[in-house]
Amino acid sequence: MITSSVLEVESLTLTAASGEVLVDKVGFSLAAGESLGLVGESGSGKSLTLRAILGLLPRGVEQTGGTIRSKAVSAMVFQDPRGSLDPLCPVVKQVTEVVYYRQKTSLRAARSIALELLMRLGLPDSLATKDRYPSQLSGGQCQRVVIALALACKPGILLCDEPTTALDVTVQRQIIDTITNLQQELGFAMVFVTHNLAIAANLCARLAVMKQGRIVEYGATPALLQHPAEAYTQMLIDSVLPLPELEGGGI
Amino acid sequence: MMKPRLTLTGAAGNNGSYKWLGTALVRALIVILCVMTAVFFLIRIVPGDPAKMILGEYSTPEALQAMHHTLGLDLPIWEQFVRFIQTLFTQGDTGNSIVSGTSTRELIAQRAPVTLLLIVMASVLAIAAALVLAVLAATQKDKLLDHLIRIIPAVTLGMPVFWVGLLFILLFSVRLGWFPVGGSGEGGLSTLHSLVLPAVTVAFSQIPTLVRSLRAQMLEVLESEFVVTLRAAGIPSRVILFKHVLRNSALPTLMLLGVNISYLIGGTLVVEQVFGIKGIGSLLFTSISSRDFPVIQGIALYCALAVVIISLLTEIISGWLDPRTKAQL
Amino acid sequence: MNNIHSEPILTEKSTRPSALRRIVKTPSLLTGILMFAILILLAVLVPYLSPYDPSEQNLSAFLQPPSAAHWLGTDQLGRDLLTRLLYAARTDLAIMILAEIIPFCTGVLLGMISGYYGKWTDKVISLITDAFIAFPFYLIVIIVAFASGAGERGIYITFILVGWIVFARVVRGLTASFRKQEWIASAQTLGLPGHRILLRHLLPNVLPQAVVVLMTDMIGLLVAIVTLGYLGIGIAPPTPDWGTMIADGQPFITTAWWLSAVPGFAVVYTGIALSLLGDGLADIWRRKS
Repeated sequence: MITSSVLEVESLTLTAASGEVLVDKVGFSLAAGESLGLVGESGSGKSLTLRAILGLLPRGVEQTGGTIRSKAVSAMVFQDPRGSLDPLCPVVKQVTEVVYYRQKTSLRAARSIALELLMRLGLPDSLATKDRYPSQLSGGQCQRVVIALALACKPGILLCDEPTTALDVTVQRQIIDTITNLQQELGFAMVFVTHNLAIAANLCARLAVMKQGRIVEYGATPALLQHPAEAYTQMLIDSVLPLPELEGGGI
Repeated sequence: MMKPRLTLTGAAGNNGSYKWLGTALVRALIVILCVMTAVFFLIRIVPGDPAKMILGEYSTPEALQAMHHTLGLDLPIWEQFVRFIQTLFTQGDTGNSIVSGTSTRELIAQRAPVTLLLIVMASVLAIAAALVLAVLAATQKDKLLDHLIRIIPAVTLGMPVFWVGLLFILLFSVRLGWFPVGGSGEGGLSTLHSLVLPAVTVAFSQIPTLVRSLRAQMLEVLESEFVVTLRAAGIPSRVILFKHVLRNSALPTLMLLGVNISYLIGGTLVVEQVFGIKGIGSLLFTSISSRDFPVIQGIALYCALAVVIISLLTEIISGWLDPRTKAQL
Repeated sequence: MNNIHSEPILTEKSTRPSALRRIVKTPSLLTGILMFAILILLAVLVPYLSPYDPSEQNLSAFLQPPSAAHWLGTDQLGRDLLTRLLYAARTDLAIMILAEIIPFCTGVLLGMISGYYGKWTDKVISLITDAFIAFPFYLIVIIVAFASGAGERGIYITFILVGWIVFARVVRGLTASFRKQEWIASAQTLGLPGHRILLRHLLPNVLPQAVVVLMTDMIGLLVAIVTLGYLGIGIAPPTPDWGTMIADGQPFITTAWWLSAVPGFAVVYTGIALSLLGDGLADIWRRKS
């Protein structure tokens, strides 16, 4: 085990009000600046694990066992970028608000920090002069705003909950590049939840495969991909469609 | 439903056309025309001869004929309609009162202020109370207070508004002596004072529906993803509730008021009768007992016009305020 | 080919045996049914239960407070209040139920047509409903009830004219949303005629929601009947009715307040029963789907 971990989750158990166990004894640790991919089908408890780390479990779900030890501020990037933003509030204002409450600056300073963040994430600088609402931005742009919201918390751990699933394939690529670059620059640790093994494998040094609320396999990415111990992991690997060979011009 | 948009820039906002506004206006206009037609037919589709109702069951055929002539009922129906529309557009009303000979417009204008004041007071009270109750219920979801607030509609839905008015008079006027038993005072503060109880009565009948929709609306907003995002970003709950959730619930509330204005006016007419207030409601009932058809028609017309115009206004205002309407076009 | 028709539809046949258990398991529905049943039972049996006649005057015993002989006291003509209250329930509840039949049917039908066919049918029907909704409900009820003459007939005519709108609006919205679903499209591609899709497939899916609306609408209708009675343009005086009872008691509000209060509570009681019924039914159907 790495001693300088920023996040340690130990036998975390989450239970629904009905008594159904949704996450069962999940444990992993995360070193500063490291990325962990949490992979699995929908309903396997990945997102709930993230919400538990954040301390924002949905109504009716409770932590019934285990511990979460975190040494850094965590922030989250959500799956549905447009839904994650207040539709009636200009996006700059939303980022400003988070800077204001998290970094305890003056409102004016918060606004300039927010704008700087947004520019850095590749949003048009017209935002500075004109109020733009989420409905006036594209999905990809909205996701950049959501990332800015998370970064405004100055996180040591970034939790990403399927941040690319709702986006077009081309935009997915851009968002992932943005996240990778930011991580190299700012050095935050990351838990990346996705059902897409290919994306996780590209981004993360270690992977945890989840199924029905349990981690069924956990290890360094290359080893896990080459020698999966579980049939389920093998199935996930097989389900990543290779591009057809483009010999002879292809069809 | 949001359609996927291909443009990556945020330029679509302001050069978007105001097509929704045009559609709303045209629709309101057509509804107004329908309303006019309906007012014309209102006393013609129901069985019975209006002239006979005015003169009584045992009137002579001559008197009946004369009355038919006064009412224009001896003309073919299309000509009656043309005449009706003509008066509407030249005088802005439905003809003169059979009883007093005064134009209906004037009669209504005399009575309108107190009714309008009552409606405004009732709406303000209803919205204020509904907002407080809805915020309490939504933030305490599934706790005791929420259950209590949710029982209110089931109990009050079956309360006739005039009966509530009577009980209020009994309690607050007769027993406690806080308010006059009826009437509308002698202007100024005394009018406001006498209208408090009627306004509370009208508001009381509106609050359940308002609370029910507002609570549902606020819960939807409270459980929407952006609230989770804001929580995750560490914004204090009171800021989330009062800035984001309330703002997002405000538009639907405004729309709701536009829809409910019709019930509000109807309730006001009945409540006026209970409290003996000389407004449009009492004009309606005196006209009914004296069979003054043009006045009845005039009241129906003006009330309906008020409803159409207020709904249109709420639609326009919320369209104006909502960035989504602009972006979608 | 025939069994194609019934295939893609959410049928409710297989759920029969558990229907009773589901009612018992829904407390709001059970309470609603019980409250309503008690009321109906009392109203039906009142001639055998009460020693008094609803219109029998006894001027030596007028305006009496509640006592052993008169559980709820007597009115200004010495008539037993409880007896009149239950006879009034007969009148008001019967009219309430009868007056809903035609509006319910036309409303559901027009709503389905409007939602299913869309285009101009929808536009015309929506315009008519919009124009009707523009008139404050009580205004139009008062005018039509007056113009068609006081009494039951006026109430029936009024509700035939205006009662269908609520159902039409709800059903139209529902039908339009069902229409977008795949199974309707597949039924259409199979070449089923429109009326068949409407009656065989859409109606069963739309009806539950319409019945829930019917429950709340009946409360509104009852309140309207009572209001008309109070205003003197509803049920005519000799027949007992909660509205006229409240109006009759109004002059004595300072001395014998229960004369006006009690009939109002009867309306509230019926309202609560119907509310619970509606909520319970909605719960059951929500859980099913």
